Amino acid sequence: MIVTLFIIITLTFFLMQFLPGTPFTNPEKLSDKQLVILNAKYGLDQPAAIQYVRYIGNLLQGDLGYSFQYEGRTVKSMIVDRVGPSALIGLQALIFGTLVGLVLGIISALKHNTILDYGSVTLAVLGMSIPSFVFAALLQYYIGVKLEWLPVALWESYDSTLLPSFALSVTVIATVARFIRSEMLEVLGQDYVITARSKGLRESVVVTRHVIRNALIPVVTMLGPLAVSIMTGTLVIEKIFGVPGLGEQFTLSILVLDYSVIMGITLFYSTLFIVIVFIVDLLYGFLDPRIEYKEGGQV
Amino acid sequence: MMKNKKWLGFMFLAIFTLVLSGCNFSSSNKKEDEPKKEDNGKEGGEKVDQVLNLSEPSDIPTLDSTKAHDAIAFNVLNNVNEGLYRQNQDNDSVLALAEKHEMSDDEMVHTFTLKDTKWSNGDPVTAADFEYAWKRVMKDNGAYNYMIVTAGVKNAEAIMNGEMDAEELGIKATGDKTLEVTLESPNPLFKTLLAFATFLPQNQKFVEKLGDQYALEADNILANGPFKLVNWTQEQGWEMVKNEDYWDAENVKLEKVNVFVVKDPSSGINLYETGKIDRVKLTSALVDQYKEKEDFKNVKAAGTVFLRFNHNNPALKNVNLRKAVNMAIDREGLTDVILKDGSSPIYGVVAESFYFSPDKVDYRELNGDFNKGTPAEAKEYWEKALAEIGQKEVKVSLNIADTDEMKKVAEFLQAQLEDNLPGFKLEIKAVPFKQRLEIEKAIKYDLSLSTWGPDYRDPMTYLDMWVKGSSANRMDYYNPKLDALVTEARGETDLSKRYKLLLNIEKIFLEDDVAVAPLYQRGSSVLLNNKVKGLVDHPTGADTSYQWAYIEE
Repeated sequence: MIVTLFIIITLTFFLMQFLPGTPFTNPEKLSDKQLVILNAKYGLDQPAAIQYVRYIGNLLQGDLGYSFQYEGRTVKSMIVDRVGPSALIGLQALIFGTLVGLVLGIISALKHNTILDYGSVTLAVLGMSIPSFVFAALLQYYIGVKLEWLPVALWESYDSTLLPSFALSVTVIATVARFIRSEMLEVLGQDYVITARSKGLRESVVVTRHVIRNALIPVVTMLGPLAVSIMTGTLVIEKIFGVPGLGEQFTLSILVLDYSVIMGITLFYSTLFIVIVFIVDLLYGFLDPRIEYKEGGQV
Repeated sequence: MMKNKKWLGFMFLAIFTLVLSGCNFSSSNKKEDEPKKEDNGKEGGEKVDQVLNLSEPSDIPTLDSTKAHDAIAFNVLNNVNEGLYRQNQDNDSVLALAEKHEMSDDEMVHTFTLKDTKWSNGDPVTAADFEYAWKRVMKDNGAYNYMIVTAGVKNAEAIMNGEMDAEELGIKATGDKTLEVTLESPNPLFKTLLAFATFLPQNQKFVEKLGDQYALEADNILANGPFKLVNWTQEQGWEMVKNEDYWDAENVKLEKVNVFVVKDPSSGINLYETGKIDRVKLTSALVDQYKEKEDFKNVKAAGTVFLRFNHNNPALKNVNLRKAVNMAIDREGLTDVILKDGSSPIYGVVAESFYFSPDKVDYRELNGDFNKGTPAEAKEYWEKALAEIGQKEVKVSLNIADTDEMKKVAEFLQAQLEDNLPGFKLEIKAVPFKQRLEIEKAIKYDLSLSTWGPDYRDPMTYLDMWVKGSSANRMDYYNPKLDALVTEARGETDLSKRYKLLLNIEKIFLEDDVAVAPLYQRGSSVLLNNKVKGLVDHPTGADTSYQWAYIEE
């Protein structure tokens, strides 16, 4: 885990050196002399290797450095301040999306090739193919402006979180529904399901205990990365609804060459990703008794 | 198994609460305003709340006036703080915190007497606060330290170049309320520049107490201007209330100004439609839909967009070719059909409607249009140029920033130039903004689509960038005549003589040398709530002043 992180940091750091330009915020007006003075002040005049060693040194002490675009603000405080809103709408979207997706997927698998199945498959395909920002804009206009049920945008109360969460959940619903449907169809044909049925178990027991549980395994695999991408903020949805989240910051920091923020967020995302993948691995054992962790096995 | 499930549920709940608590929704007092507003609206006759709701496209980077470098911070600083001068409703620099401004006979030593005013923590605003802040700009290499150099304050240039200590800057508090500023040489621009944020005072005790946390939160900045910053939530917005201690408080009618961070333009429209904000900027896609409405307005800005020619390029070196390029572009078509965002065509480097001669005549009116022509004329010059350089065709590339606006403009230019100048091939190279700038600085382009925003309200801000060695020249342009005129104008204190010099600089640059191809002056299309009156937009420095605005009853 540490090794993976280390490789990510190193790669990002040196790739960043290839970006042309300066991280300073008013490049249009900076004179060459000023640029030299500023570069010296921030140690950017040093060779990349020395900057790298210095960065790693600071990192080991938990210091992510200062942002260039928000002068005086630490990268740490920028991440901490912004991650909450992103995580909240992400989490809500994930929970809501997974539940609805599960229900849709299960229904369409059980009522295979009926009108219900086609209905939810159509819904899922639509959800996958309509970009979430189109959906977000529609939600904002109809529910926010026309009906005035929920706030149009901004981040003022819990109500403000509902529209962005809902807009985000569409992708989750679609992904989960499609996955669970195909998995269940596969599991329904397995020998152990036939065995369970022939034992005389009630259909509801067969479905909950044998089918769903087994069908969930691949879904969990997929949910891990999905959770990371959704909880770390999505550029467009956050922008549309004015969510003060992390989503835009990452893209923006690359555009304006805010070196320390690029590094900080990359590090944060990768850590989160690794941790979630780890948790997913653990969940396998919980869902599928065939998978066991043995002492000394690889983690 | 059951135990596991309970544990999982508990974990979810715990995470959820944790996340929710980390969300800091913006303050609840904002909500309290809304029902009040509605009540008043219904009763009609009652006094309306003097609350103005606005939006900005992003958060404030820092409010430290010595470091501030962006339009949003300048805007807040302009309304929360006050310096010796400030821009009035006509964008003129007028005495503000300074009661009196006297000059020595040689116009080198300026003495300011300050009004008796207070910081929002009760400390008096003293001359020492100015001395401290200005020296701090120089010492910390603030982003706009060159403004102090432009103002011509003694030793500023040497300090900026690291040859002298910041303590030697030509500013001195000679008493509690008297400030003495010494210049390198007489400078007709001095007064105009003093309205800029970099020249604001700072309370030394307060700044030093907070260290690097200064001006990063609403509590960490002191006000001495028309408004006080009372709330500022990262990425969400900020809130200002009237400063009752401001010396001109009786003329400030607004009680409160809310500014929300709204990044998406169409969300801005939706917020405007629901009455959440009183003003919104339209993107060109939305202009057609709204332009018939009575709250629609076009606001001219002072920024310009133009084509830089690489004067080392064997083809572009030719003045007739540059003239042909200038004349081949239909600028009206560009602004009215392609951009539709409040921009207007321009045939000079100095923007229109903001810069006036001592007799109050617009600079553009006095100098007129340069290199305006028809496609037929363009073709004439083009053929002449081809003969002179001995080529049948010219292939050049165009360096642009990859924004929507610039891409649209570049495609239009490509079509215009290739259609009107047979044998002209233009290849568009779109790169991120910062890279566009790097390529420009290294002069590794043929043509570059450039932008310029003025620093202060004087034509000089568009003109002295073309002298040899200026960091904004970026095209190896050099004409000793222009350099001489700039030097002369910098020291000329007779304002009419100076203005003539300024007019001549542009003539040399565009009439004689056709050094660039000016394209358009920026503008914006906005919707403004009809009840909002007296909101003043400035072309340079801070964008807006709220202090004369009010909500009509």
